[in-house]
Amino acid sequence: MLSRVAEAIYWFGRYLERAENTARLIRVNSHLMLDTPKGISLGWEPLISITGLGKNFDDFYTEATERNVVKFLIGDLNNPSSILNSLAMARENCRTVRDIIPRTAWQNLNKLYLFAKESVSSGLTKKGRDEYLDGIIASSQQLNGLLYSVMYQDEAWLFLRIGRNIERAEMTTRILDVRSSDLLTDEEELFESRSLEGVQWISVLKSLSAYSIYRRTVQVRVSRTPVLNFLFHDTHFPRAITHCLNSVEESLGNLPRNNIPLKSLRLLVQKINARKMDHLEQEALHKFIDEIQSSIRRFHLAIEKQYFLLPPD
Amino acid sequence: MALDLTQYDPGRFYDESISSKNRARSSCKELIKRLRKMDEDDLAARQTAADLAIKEMGISFRIYTKKEGTIDRNWPFDIVPRIILKSEWDTIEAGLIQRVKALNLFIDDLYHEQKIIKDGVFPAEVLADSKNFRPQCVGVSPPGGIWAHICGSDLVRDVDGTVYVLEDNLRVPSGVSYMLENREVTKRVFPELFEAYAPLPVDDYPTQLNDMLCSISPRRVKRPEVVVLTPGIYNSAYFEHAYLAHQMGAELVEGRDLFVDKDECVYMRTVAGPQRVDVIYRRIDDEFIDPEAFLEDSTLGVPGLMRAWKAGNVGLANAPGAGVADDKVVYAFVPEIIRYYLDEEPGIPNVPTFRCMYKDERDYVLANLDTLVVKPANESGGYGMLIGPNSTEAERTTFARLIKRSPRNYIAQPTLGISTVPTIIGNHLEPRHVDLRPFILSGKHTTVTTGGLTRVALRKGSLVVNSSQGGGSKDTWIVPDAGV
Repeated sequence: MLSRVAEAIYWFGRYLERAENTARLIRVNSHLMLDTPKGISLGWEPLISITGLGKNFDDFYTEATERNVVKFLIGDLNNPSSILNSLAMARENCRTVRDIIPRTAWQNLNKLYLFAKESVSSGLTKKGRDEYLDGIIASSQQLNGLLYSVMYQDEAWLFLRIGRNIERAEMTTRILDVRSSDLLTDEEELFESRSLEGVQWISVLKSLSAYSIYRRTVQVRVSRTPVLNFLFHDTHFPRAITHCLNSVEESLGNLPRNNIPLKSLRLLVQKINARKMDHLEQEALHKFIDEIQSSIRRFHLAIEKQYFLLPPD
Repeated sequence: MALDLTQYDPGRFYDESISSKNRARSSCKELIKRLRKMDEDDLAARQTAADLAIKEMGISFRIYTKKEGTIDRNWPFDIVPRIILKSEWDTIEAGLIQRVKALNLFIDDLYHEQKIIKDGVFPAEVLADSKNFRPQCVGVSPPGGIWAHICGSDLVRDVDGTVYVLEDNLRVPSGVSYMLENREVTKRVFPELFEAYAPLPVDDYPTQLNDMLCSISPRRVKRPEVVVLTPGIYNSAYFEHAYLAHQMGAELVEGRDLFVDKDECVYMRTVAGPQRVDVIYRRIDDEFIDPEAFLEDSTLGVPGLMRAWKAGNVGLANAPGAGVADDKVVYAFVPEIIRYYLDEEPGIPNVPTFRCMYKDERDYVLANLDTLVVKPANESGGYGMLIGPNSTEAERTTFARLIKRSPRNYIAQPTLGISTVPTIIGNHLEPRHVDLRPFILSGKHTTVTTGGLTRVALRKGSLVVNSSQGGGSKDTWIVPDAGV
């Protein structure tokens, strides 16, 4: 498989996953707002921090109002990771590898992109937002399902999976980082706001479609440590970080010349396995997540160096 | 409201579907009968369905406009098929095979002994002035003496029904993917018409292309590594490059994916390391394929590619230098070329062509600029032309000056009254002008597409069919005579 093609497919996987996760993020925040008691405002600013795009946002907006944040995340062309831009990039990458991607998948991606673009104004209204985001999520999943059922499972498939899972692992760390730092953890406050804390952890789970499976496999009560354990260490839930990284390892294992990236990945997995989630206070958690994100970035660079087309020196 | 064809009037032009007012040609009786039964809304709804299918299938082409820069346009397609009888097609097909055979002999001769010049049939000065003659290719002998493996010849039909060859595209002709996609779309929106006509299928083209490309592999291996070399996604025909690569199961590569190693073989950079390439279907113009041999600053090509080709380590289709016969002045000599190499009369006539390099022909052209079409020798895409009857005094003055300055670079032809076919405009049918581009593949065998790409000038009265200038296309049906 051509190095350039491997790279495009990897990014196709990443951008598609990014669009879907961004839609999840906005949807869950919207719902959370409705569950928040009067007088407490959680705000929309955390969503900007989650995506790590604070600087881009501040260049164009003065205030993190609901309208501004939603617009920035859904359709702002100045935000390189907005849903619309992510889908456009997924499409551009896919366009360069149309000889690899099944034709029906390309058609679906076009449909998805056109839907995202043409319905964006309704997605920006409060009334139309849910339908818009559900549409994005459902169509991405349909596309992923299609790829699962018809794509030839050769190296292209492995790169697609690596891209998708590495992006998913990263988005899960982002969701944990910001949504949880926002939570009130101070002991005194905790008592009063216990139910609010529960609601917020529920929102973390919901944004990852993990709520019901958590209740079935972990416990009915939703609280900090078990949620962190579940989302970091579970090996069966597709959006749990360990599961994502295991999938990456499995895909990578089938690629040629995989020594160096595999080593980088194993370091990352070890770091996560070794970490106990009990008594992981807010600051420590934030620091830990930062380390994980840097390791993910290092892993990406290892993949890039080993397999992709580097610019001529 | 039912479709009304009584107002359909092609004027003085030959209409391919309707012979005289309100009367269908025999080949189109069934088509017209069904169209008449349809109401305007149904017709418009089918056209909308086709447009949507094209959008969803991502059938597009890129154009450059001053206002918007590079933009992606959906492929404009008209759902009413153009129908040609098999008996007529057989004659055209034989004529095309003859023509391309002669052109390949001609190119091979030009790069070797130049017998045709020595025998006084083809003037040395035309060759001397040729922009597409490549001295780098002199003495090279590609397998089978074939240089133009893929040829796209443009055909038009004049007012009296005669089919002419308008030009031969021997460099990197495009459009075949649209021919294939048009058929797919028509199947979706006009299924019942297929049952009535059973047009001959077109979809074996990718297989034939692949077979032809494998046949020029220098290595005798079971599955030669064939690649399609594209300038990249910003090229106007990128859609087609990707499409053909996909259909053939070949890698679609860019110049940066390939390199020539010390052994003068071509390799591609893959995730598993370098991998040998046997045949390159290149969709990049000669000047850009190898910065060592041609334009130094080209970043699209592969340094050393010409060395590898000359050493016989890689097959190139079309061969570099094949474009020497893709020149509007050379075109004027094709009937002589056919007689010279094959000792046969041309099966399809050329459009009468005045060569401005000859004084008497030039004088005629200069005196009749208002009725002729003047074309530069080496432009494509309909650019740089003068269409006499539609021109202004100022444009004619400009062209007179251009012709006098470089007579070798211009030819002129009578303005043909090219044929029309019923085309959906709004919610009814109007006649629009069309041409036809069949594709001819030459390898061990020579094959011709069943029909080809019909391009249609969508603007009323326009003769320009190029998609970059407001042209669209139609599905082309070759139908058995017995079936209609």
